[in-house]
Amino acid sequence: MPMQDFSYIELSPGAAPIGLKTIPVLNYPDFAEQIAGLMKAETVHCVLYYAFPFNNGLKFIAILAVDATGKFLVFSHETTAGVTDLESITPQIPALHLFEREIHENFGIGFQHHPWLKPVRFSADRYQKDLTMNDYPFYRIDSEELHEVGVGPIHAGVIEPGHFRFICNGEKVLHLEIQLGYQHRGIEKLFLNAGSTLRRAVLSENIAGDTTVGHAVTHAQLIESLAGITINENLQKERAIALELERIAVHIGDTAALCTDVAYQFGQVVNEALRTTIINTSQLWCGNRFGKGLIRPGGTNYPLTVPVIESMLKTLDNTGMRYRDITDNIFTAPSILIRFDGIGTVTRSQALSIGAVGMAARMAGIPRDIRATHPSGYYAGIKYEPEIQDTGDVLARALIRNLEARKSIEMVKEWAAQLSPVTRHPSPIGSGVSAVGSKPSSFAMAVNEGWRGEIAHAAVTGPDGELVHYKIKDPSFHNWIALALAVRNQEISDFPICNKSFNLSYCGHDL
Amino acid sequence: MFRSIKILRQHGIQYVPNLRTAELTSLFRGRPVLSGEVSAELATNLAKMCPSGAIQQAPFSIDMGKCIFCRECEFAAPDNIRFTNDYHIATNNRDNLIIKENHDNPIVLNPDLVRKEIRTLFRRSLKLRQVSAGGDASNEMELNAAGNVNFDMGRYGIEFVASPRHADGVVITGPITENMAEALQICFDATPKPSLVILCGTDAISGGLFQESNALNRNFLSRHPIDLYVPGNPVHPLTFINGVLDLIGRE
Ligand code: SF4
Repeated sequence: MPMQDFSYIELSPGAAPIGLKTIPVLNYPDFAEQIAGLMKAETVHCVLYYAFPFNNGLKFIAILAVDATGKFLVFSHETTAGVTDLESITPQIPALHLFEREIHENFGIGFQHHPWLKPVRFSADRYQKDLTMNDYPFYRIDSEELHEVGVGPIHAGVIEPGHFRFICNGEKVLHLEIQLGYQHRGIEKLFLNAGSTLRRAVLSENIAGDTTVGHAVTHAQLIESLAGITINENLQKERAIALELERIAVHIGDTAALCTDVAYQFGQVVNEALRTTIINTSQLWCGNRFGKGLIRPGGTNYPLTVPVIESMLKTLDNTGMRYRDITDNIFTAPSILIRFDGIGTVTRSQALSIGAVGMAARMAGIPRDIRATHPSGYYAGIKYEPEIQDTGDVLARALIRNLEARKSIEMVKEWAAQLSPVTRHPSPIGSGVSAVGSKPSSFAMAVNEGWRGEIAHAAVTGPDGELVHYKIKDPSFHNWIALALAVRNQEISDFPICNKSFNLSYCGHDL
Repeated sequence: MFRSIKILRQHGIQYVPNLRTAELTSLFRGRPVLSGEVSAELATNLAKMCPSGAIQQAPFSIDMGKCIFCRECEFAAPDNIRFTNDYHIATNNRDNLIIKENHDNPIVLNPDLVRKEIRTLFRRSLKLRQVSAGGDASNEMELNAAGNVNFDMGRYGIEFVASPRHADGVVITGPITENMAEALQICFDATPKPSLVILCGTDAISGGLFQESNALNRNFLSRHPIDLYVPGNPVHPLTFINGVLDLIGRE
């Protein structure tokens, strides 16, 4: 298909909802060819590809992000009842592998020639209800020399569940397969039956606790877009501050975790204490250390007040300085560097082919950062320069955290200092049972750069303006496979540090 | 070397000296107090508004086992509802979590309900296995924080361990998903008896926001007695530590 024949609708970040009918509907061969054709360019990646029940059949929606233009391309395909097989696009574009698996799991579409058409999370509404968690078809190698190591679902530490199945040659990992789904609690469906705007807002805060603000802001933007609400610049800035505080807290916390895994206890305790100062700043701001309760569509119950700003600035000054000192220690200690350097490498071409996003892309030289390429809200008015490393190893991931935490500390200091504190600007839903209205028969989406990478929410409304479909994507959805690739040919004892260096979300993936 | 000494000096003393009396910011959302006369109409509206079904109209009450502490009801009815920063809200009696009108008393643990062997066996050393079953990982982060340099619950001999074989009980977070139900049961069965069950966070206590989800399987809870309910979304480290100290009978 020549370029000019591409058929899609182009959306800017933060755009108003579009009529569902305005999204071009392609027949499947054209649809598949268009995805594959557009994604040949490495500056185009898939944000979301999903299906939902529509007119007795299914509607497939693809959302691609184009870095050069800063736009999203949206197009669709519709099946009638009874279509069960389609040709897989994954052999051409491996980044789609999990999206196709999800559609397969939910609706029984058999993607022909998909190399790996396995369950994703054993969702409660899966097509094949007779299959359960214990039926996961792990890859196996029959061999006298190799052995398997199974870890989980319950892990040694206080973390979320997931099952890791290693195939090892002695101490060396040949292959890792990760089975997820243990955290699946059907959250997407709860958005539909939520009954109130408030209930949805709090649900969005509970998608992934370490990304409370990221998901809540993304959801709020989507609801605002559907309701035609615009928020003032002050509130946009406050949301950006909250997003960056979340990033700072997690990056510092993960710096501590990386120190734990290489037995550098000094670095661990100092960074843990520094992380505490940041999450306690959130607590001072809104009463919750993770920012739960802070973000609401159309407003907030917790505007930044002068005392909070002053305390925030003081904390960031002090914590910033101490974080610089301790990370200067970390990144100059040969005993630590030898445990980071060249460990758990994901190459640039691997990261591109799996469609890695956020930190997991930037560590391998891919400049993917929504704040720079598709900024919305407050970020639309600033020029953000992403932090890029190119070695793709634990060291690169550790450095990205370090550099981003430092940069975000400086950004928040600058923004908070200029912020004109306002009086309370309560959300229209703050008091209310009444839902904000929303545009009927429409499609709306919102994308933000959370600390892990891009968070995307997309919604479809029916003729009465009620939500008929809600789709959530946590960046972990793209990036889990990066962890599996990172540990290939590594000592199995390096698995924990590889895992920590990504720190992916189980609940964000399992939904 | 000099940098390390500088870092150490700035690090200073981090631990919270008294975990029983430490004060949290006034905005922290802990135990609610309901006061004044709430009209039937207001009660109905609040019950309808509450995102997790924690508010009952008649008699007007808030169930902390269902409440996710969003504070929206207080914004809607500031004259009648006030969330205090009292984080001592864990108890072993599920009914104690239901806050009624004009009831401004601390949440207490009922010592008569504590199994005798718990206090004799675990008073000075308690090892726990945490099982995450569908939460959003914020409770897990707070439980990790309970052992960090600030809260340091290890000072009481309370610790999380890797193997259920080494554990005196399980701490459950999350609403308990169908996909995790079997692993939870296997884990609990692997702990030597007697073994505690602690429900940590609103999700675990009642299902919280996920009560109506078809992806849950909470049958485990009807098979085993619950020794401690720790409300929160997420649970604050101080709530958890104080609840456990009360349970094992420490001052
Ligand atoms: S604070 Fe609790 S009781 Fe009040 S509305 Fe929120 S969940 Fe309901």
